[in-house]
Amino acid sequence: MADIQVPVLGDPAERATPALTPGAMSGSKPYVAQAVHQQPLGFAGELPEDWQAKALGRMGELLGKYRSLQVFMDICVKCGACTDKCHYFIGTGDPKNMPVARQDLFRSVYRRYFTPAGKALGAVGLGSLVGAKEFTRELLDEWFNYFHQCSQCRRCSVFCPYGIDTAEVSMAARDVMNHIGMGHKYANEIIGKVHKIGNNLGLPGPALIDTLEGLEEDVKDETGQDVRFPIDVEGAEVLLVTPSADFFAEPHVLGLIGYAKVFHAAGISWTLSSKASEAGNFGMFIGNYEQMRKISMRIREAAQELKVKRIVFGECGHAWRVAYSFLNTLAGPWDFLDPRYPVPQHILEVTNGLIQRQGIKLDKSGNDGMVLTVHDSCNVARASRMGDCPGGQFTIPRDVIRASVPKFVDMHPDTTHEKTFCCGGGGGLLTDELMDLRVKGSKPRMEALKDVIDREGVTHMAAMCAICKAQFTKILPIYGYDREMVVSVHQLVSNAIVLGNND
Amino acid sequence: MTTLFAILFYTAFAVLLAGLGIKIAQYARTPAPLKIPTTPAPLTASGVAFRMGREVVLFESLFKSNKPLWIFAVLFHLGLFVVLARHLRYFQEPVWFPVALIQPFGLYGGLAMVGGLALLALRRVVLARIAYITAPSDFLMLALLLGIGVTGLGMTTLAHTDIIAVKAFFLGLLRFDPQPLPGDPALLVHLALVAVLMIVFPFSKLLHAPGVFFSPTRNQTDNPRERRHLSAWAAKLEMGKLESGRN
Ligand code: HEM
Ligand code: HEM
Ligand code: SF4
Ligand code: SF4
Repeated sequence: MADIQVPVLGDPAERATPALTPGAMSGSKPYVAQAVHQQPLGFAGELPEDWQAKALGRMGELLGKYRSLQVFMDICVKCGACTDKCHYFIGTGDPKNMPVARQDLFRSVYRRYFTPAGKALGAVGLGSLVGAKEFTRELLDEWFNYFHQCSQCRRCSVFCPYGIDTAEVSMAARDVMNHIGMGHKYANEIIGKVHKIGNNLGLPGPALIDTLEGLEEDVKDETGQDVRFPIDVEGAEVLLVTPSADFFAEPHVLGLIGYAKVFHAAGISWTLSSKASEAGNFGMFIGNYEQMRKISMRIREAAQELKVKRIVFGECGHAWRVAYSFLNTLAGPWDFLDPRYPVPQHILEVTNGLIQRQGIKLDKSGNDGMVLTVHDSCNVARASRMGDCPGGQFTIPRDVIRASVPKFVDMHPDTTHEKTFCCGGGGGLLTDELMDLRVKGSKPRMEALKDVIDREGVTHMAAMCAICKAQFTKILPIYGYDREMVVSVHQLVSNAIVLGNND
Repeated sequence: MTTLFAILFYTAFAVLLAGLGIKIAQYARTPAPLKIPTTPAPLTASGVAFRMGREVVLFESLFKSNKPLWIFAVLFHLGLFVVLARHLRYFQEPVWFPVALIQPFGLYGGLAMVGGLALLALRRVVLARIAYITAPSDFLMLALLLGIGVTGLGMTTLAHTDIIAVKAFFLGLLRFDPQPLPGDPALLVHLALVAVLMIVFPFSKLLHAPGVFFSPTRNQTDNPRERRHLSAWAAKLEMGKLESGRN
């Protein structure tokens, strides 16, 4: 970590666009997956001789399977509206981190091998006239580096006049690379663990049961109440699927305690599942439909085996995207569940509904002295929804926080709601070898946070995503702040909820 | 000259029509296996139509994104729209009333279009970020349109051509009975460039015009929990029929 330069934080209102520094991040890359992590997922173990042909073959397949990719490859007019919108560009100044330039790594190959103009001109060495490039080993290495400098946060897609989403291109590129043995170790190792053990952190069933018993004791000591943390209970009303970090990482686990208290106070029977002990779905990060589906099917199986009536997801951004936007597609139809509830529900929808109906009571004094702001997670903000109307993903978390704390302040409007900035660690980049990128990529968020700390006396920032929480816990100290500044939304609920006399 | 241009325009028209047809069919046929609207997104089909309308008519996202660029873009596209609408008079007899109505605005449309194009071109040279992402073909597109605009404006203001004859030529083309085309250089250059534009259109980024309507992030409804969205290939995969195997 010695070589990390911490960016200087400025004023979010006049966020300066950095000067171009070509090659600034050309050395940043994650570890390449070994054959042991590749092959169990059905990917090539290592780069074959004929990687180029294989890669082009896979590209062709994806172009035929994903309208997004095909259309986005053709219609970008290079207007540059997206160029200053990516946190990794803002933090690094590397021009290849401008969304359109990142896409162009893929598009230049598309143009060379899949378009008439690129094929014709490319054949006589004039491809560069139309932005077409030979798919060389050097270009492949650039793919690996820069498609792992994209957190698939979709901020660029908000600002593009055609909604071109670089995340779609990154996913496709990662899938192509997986197919030629150039996988991302961190992501593929984790997917392996989900299949083998049931969750991303590789926490086996017995250890999980132990942890949950420990939590029951802790809560009993703290509140005197018998708040349960049930697992594999057949016939429970709710199956709770939550990121495995919630089982022990801080501040995640404080959020899990919050979910349990909400269910307890509202009298809703619930259970975790040792089979689906993970909400996260890294299949999305590697752009692989089949993996994403396989991981999702665990949840269907768990719901059927445990005969639950509802499925509720804990706080996690990309997991909520897969759950809200894709689960019905991947693992539906959900006709065996109670039709009165959406499938799946977000824990914040449940809690917010209970607050509205006064099914639970909150006492703000439980969070005395705290001034809160909230970090909208990119996948919640731009790739999913909560509640019944557009934008519920913004109002519901804020309503829950406001009901739990004495004072709440929003950060600069260019950095919240659908314009929110990624924490810097999303999209499968939450790995130590990318720390430099993660620190730099968090700059716009940290700038906006510093601003409300200085102006409004904000003491804590709530997050609703396991990755955001883990990222900020690491990044805050690097910027000179306390790691405990980042809190789970349900940690605030947990501190405020009135247990026991709830008639 | 008349024969040459007749052939040129038949060819250009055929390429444009076939090329666009093929691309649009490709976009329409390629499945969108997942729900990926950029949220917050409308919950109903009419809401989606309204969102798309705002994107196409007002360039809403671009407005949020970059005000100077939005002004240049509107200047150019609005000008282009007026000019093209005005040009309809060369292809119809009698001329529609709305087309007749905008005739006096052709000059302003042309000026807006050319001015917008010049500003867009300037951006590509002056702004480092935009210069970085610009390929020669991006300049070519601007140059082509500028060439068409400037020769057109030249005809409107300085070197007038025989518009009645031009119209007769194109109405003749429509009836497969070409009439003599005036030989004014400005007109011939104007028309030659237009033919090039038509031919280039389906092979270039000009596909953004039809393509924007197919962009899944903008044209999907936000209702994944209510309605199961399943593409044909994903349905096959579920039935275990996909031959490409387990990955
Ligand atoms: C549905 C209709 C259309 C829509 C919604 C649309 C929208 C846009 C937008 C938002 C941009 C980006 C901003 C800019 O650079 O100006 C753009 C760029 C461009 N459009 Fe269109 N457009 C349409 C039709 C056309 C047509 C018919 C043409 C030409 C014949 C055209 C030519 C261009 C060109 C050349 C650019 C790139 C300008 C540059 O180099 O900066 N557009 N369009
Ligand atoms: C076959 C198609 C076309 C024909 C026959 C044609 C013909 C003409 C003629 C005769 C004029 C002179 C008008 C006058 O003196 O008042 C003109 C002007 C002009 N043309 Fe075209 N043109 C064609 C296509 C286009 C296209 C595709 C564009 C733009 C991309 C364009 C842009 C202009 C402009 C900007 C002017 C000047 C402003 C105006 O008079 O409206 N033309 N055109
Ligand atoms: S904003 Fe969209 S069209 Fe413009 S350069 Fe970026 S990706 Fe291309
Ligand atoms: S998706 Fe996010 S990280 Fe990726 S290019 Fe766009 S803004 Fe940058």
